[in-house]
Amino acid sequence: MTLLLLTQKRDDMNGPGETLDSLKLGITKRYGNKTVLDNLELDIRKGEFVTFLGPSGCGKSTALSIVAGLIAATEGEIRLNGARVDHLPPEKRAFGMVFQNYALFPHMTVFDNVSFGLTLKPLSKDEIKKRTDAMLKLVQLTGYEERYPGQLSGGQQQRVAIARALVLHPRLMLFDEPLSNLDAKLRVEMRAEIKQIHAALGLTSIYVTHDQAEALSLSDRIVVLRNGVLMQSGTPQEIHDRPKNVFVADFMGFRNFFKVRIASVSDGIAEGVGDGIRIRARAGADVRADTDMVMAIRPDDIHAGREVVSGAEDVNGRVEVVEYLGREQEAAIRINEHTRVWLRTAEAIRTADTIGLQFPVDKVVLLPAE
Amino acid sequence: MRTRMWKLSLYLFIVGFILNMLGIVSHVVVSSFAKRWFGGLLPPAYTTDWFAYAWKNFDLGQVLSITLLIVVVVVVLALAIGFPAAYILARRNFRFKSVILLLYFLPLVIPQMTYGIPLATTLYRYGVGGSVVGVILAVLVPMVPLAVFVLMPFFEQISVNLEWSGSMLGASRAQIFRRILFPLMVPGILTAGVLVLVNTISNFELAFLLGGGGSQTLVVALFYNMFAGGVRPVYSIDAMAVIYMVMVMTLLLIALRFVRPTQMVFKLDK
Amino acid sequence: MRAVANDEKSEFDGLAFLCLLPSLLYVLCMFVYPFLYGVYLSLQPQKVDGFSFANYLAFFSDPYQYGTIWITFSLAIPTTVVVLLLALWLAYGMRRGIFMERTVTTILIMPISLGVILLSEGILGFYGSQGWFNQVLLALGLIKEPFILTHNYAGVMLALFMQQFPFCFLMLLGYISGIDPSLERSARMLGATPSIVFRRVMLPLIAPGLAIAFALVFVMSFAVFPSAIMLGQPAGTTRTISIAAYQKAFEQYDMSAASAIAVVMGLCQLAALLVIILFRRRLSPAATMGVGKR
Repeated sequence: MTLLLLTQKRDDMNGPGETLDSLKLGITKRYGNKTVLDNLELDIRKGEFVTFLGPSGCGKSTALSIVAGLIAATEGEIRLNGARVDHLPPEKRAFGMVFQNYALFPHMTVFDNVSFGLTLKPLSKDEIKKRTDAMLKLVQLTGYEERYPGQLSGGQQQRVAIARALVLHPRLMLFDEPLSNLDAKLRVEMRAEIKQIHAALGLTSIYVTHDQAEALSLSDRIVVLRNGVLMQSGTPQEIHDRPKNVFVADFMGFRNFFKVRIASVSDGIAEGVGDGIRIRARAGADVRADTDMVMAIRPDDIHAGREVVSGAEDVNGRVEVVEYLGREQEAAIRINEHTRVWLRTAEAIRTADTIGLQFPVDKVVLLPAE
Repeated sequence: MRTRMWKLSLYLFIVGFILNMLGIVSHVVVSSFAKRWFGGLLPPAYTTDWFAYAWKNFDLGQVLSITLLIVVVVVVLALAIGFPAAYILARRNFRFKSVILLLYFLPLVIPQMTYGIPLATTLYRYGVGGSVVGVILAVLVPMVPLAVFVLMPFFEQISVNLEWSGSMLGASRAQIFRRILFPLMVPGILTAGVLVLVNTISNFELAFLLGGGGSQTLVVALFYNMFAGGVRPVYSIDAMAVIYMVMVMTLLLIALRFVRPTQMVFKLDK
Repeated sequence: MRAVANDEKSEFDGLAFLCLLPSLLYVLCMFVYPFLYGVYLSLQPQKVDGFSFANYLAFFSDPYQYGTIWITFSLAIPTTVVVLLLALWLAYGMRRGIFMERTVTTILIMPISLGVILLSEGILGFYGSQGWFNQVLLALGLIKEPFILTHNYAGVMLALFMQQFPFCFLMLLGYISGIDPSLERSARMLGATPSIVFRRVMLPLIAPGLAIAFALVFVMSFAVFPSAIMLGQPAGTTRTISIAAYQKAFEQYDMSAASAIAVVMGLCQLAALLVIILFRRRLSPAATMGVGKR
């Protein structure tokens, strides 16, 4: 990637007005009496890559459209560097946006698409051509200037869409599920490119996705939404390792959930009993005994042994289903008539085997009961 | 602010258009119940006599039964001819398909007056002009393509896999048609039937060019009586118009249970 | 031109032939054959033996006859332009849906389904010199004398407008609301104001639909017949070309001359369509490249 090419032109990055130093959101959106976004509050710093993550209908795209100015919020405000911008129409905000279906103008060539925004500014023809050419080079589309969008592959269309926004030096980039229309292999490649461009151009970005892998790999910060409510906000590590509730844990790949009652808490370790098993997890200071909670663990964090074990926190189970995943396999283990756990192991196991399971205390997370 | 003015002007225009439209329609209705009406916002006295007058003097019983006969035959024939054609055009690809589609499209876009005159000439030459058969044959010219184009998307919605799985389960072609396609096509057949129905009842040009003394449909009879203006009291003509209107509006209300209003005009993509 | 490639593996078999046969036969016998027969007949004048252009010469040498072409154009062109502009304005404004959309569209299709005869009867009463329209305007003091809107050129225009406007509007509404809304949003994000979005993004995308709508409305208006009789002056200012053809056929029983006029009428419509097609090519080269919507 020839990313250095554009980095020297940082002087006019400011575009209209100023750069983005901080963006402060506090927005609510209702349609009739249905609340699709319930007072989403967020501070975004310069250079940050923030991702809105959640299943479809969680309000993440609505939030992005409100930031863009394409939809008006029902209540609340958006402050850019301390000044309110929520009354500004989208064309005055100087934000860039990449759409899920690319939204390229089908009647314009690649060159005309990328230079569209520039032609709306008082710039000379030469200047427009110079900047457009440089941007096309950045996204490796030199030579495609005269093609129409319909003649490009999905990946190429996506590059045009990104170039078209970037050429205006937006103070904030908004990505609305930009990779969801690409095939799996291309998606991983484009993901790396977006990350690279974000870093090289020092952009500030908000990214919307329902794909947790995408969110983890791209973001500085992840905001998990559900039904318009913020569930958790934090770094990818925090979200991945220490989900705060069942919803986030489920979204982050925890597949085993146990409804337990806390039997005892000592030395920062809580012991939960329920569903016919006994599990231990690290607990914060606010965890009390005799409360109902949920304990969760990822399939790959469970230790499985060939031989039957008999420790206090160990259980035996019978293998019911084995799914072969290539390097390893995922198996459903029946522990008792209420409980079945999923585990992932590289060891060869077969259906109807009896094996021993261990739940390492550091890998089990303790979550409030739903 | 400007966008609000813009929206407001849109709504004002729509309201204006609708008011004019309702005015046009209700003027006919009010007039048909008027004893007499010269100027003034509303007639001074009302009567229902004009309906009885129209029924007797315009021979409406005869006209209505002719109209009904024509409409029923046209709907049945248009569906019977259009159904298999729509199936093939929706399912198969072959060399002259686009030519056939264009050919079927022409009777819908070329004005009926333009092809109606040579069509009438031809049908009169073969001796069916001026008869019920002539009207049916002429009205079918645009109605067969209409049925085809309405039915086609319904066939396209039915996955070929359903037919294939039908034959995998041992059904013959005829059985697939009868047991799988036909039940799934019921909404399409209703839609097409209703659209052909409404369009046949309100068809004027072709019915006019080919209708003779005993084969006038209601619209054509309405036109002749209006054209002969002055001979008949205007209230009686309006009474006849109201009878026609009630018929069409009833059908329209039934039609709108099956079709969206926008389906009543063609789609702008081929 | 993907269809051509697919033609290699033709799926035309006996069943396809049998299924298509009735409808194809019908269209060929009742549509194509009469057309050809009409052309043939128009070249066989009643008073002359054999082949002759006498019917056409007669039409174009009699101002009472060839004048109908001008009269028809002068009705059809203004109607089409007004209908198209208003429909475009309204459909563009309503592209994201409006309040009570279904009710509004239902009322809008009323004139289409009621048919031209009933519409004309209503217009005669409603817009007549004693009708509600003039009564209301007089009562409001907006006018001193009633508008004369029936039995003249304006009456026919009015009927054509009432008939064609809903048709054109619904067609354009379908076309415009089919355009991907994110195109408009992305243009806004790139700094375009709503009016620039319309001029540079939406209008070029609407243009192909607009061209077809223009053609259809024009062709339909050009064949105006019953409303020209009922609401106009069928012997004078609104004697359109279809009236001329009808009179030849059913009042003078000269089918040959009537066919000639029908052919002239068809050619005028064809000419207008060709102009539109050429214009559309120049308007949006992308549309011909298969890069339209979808």
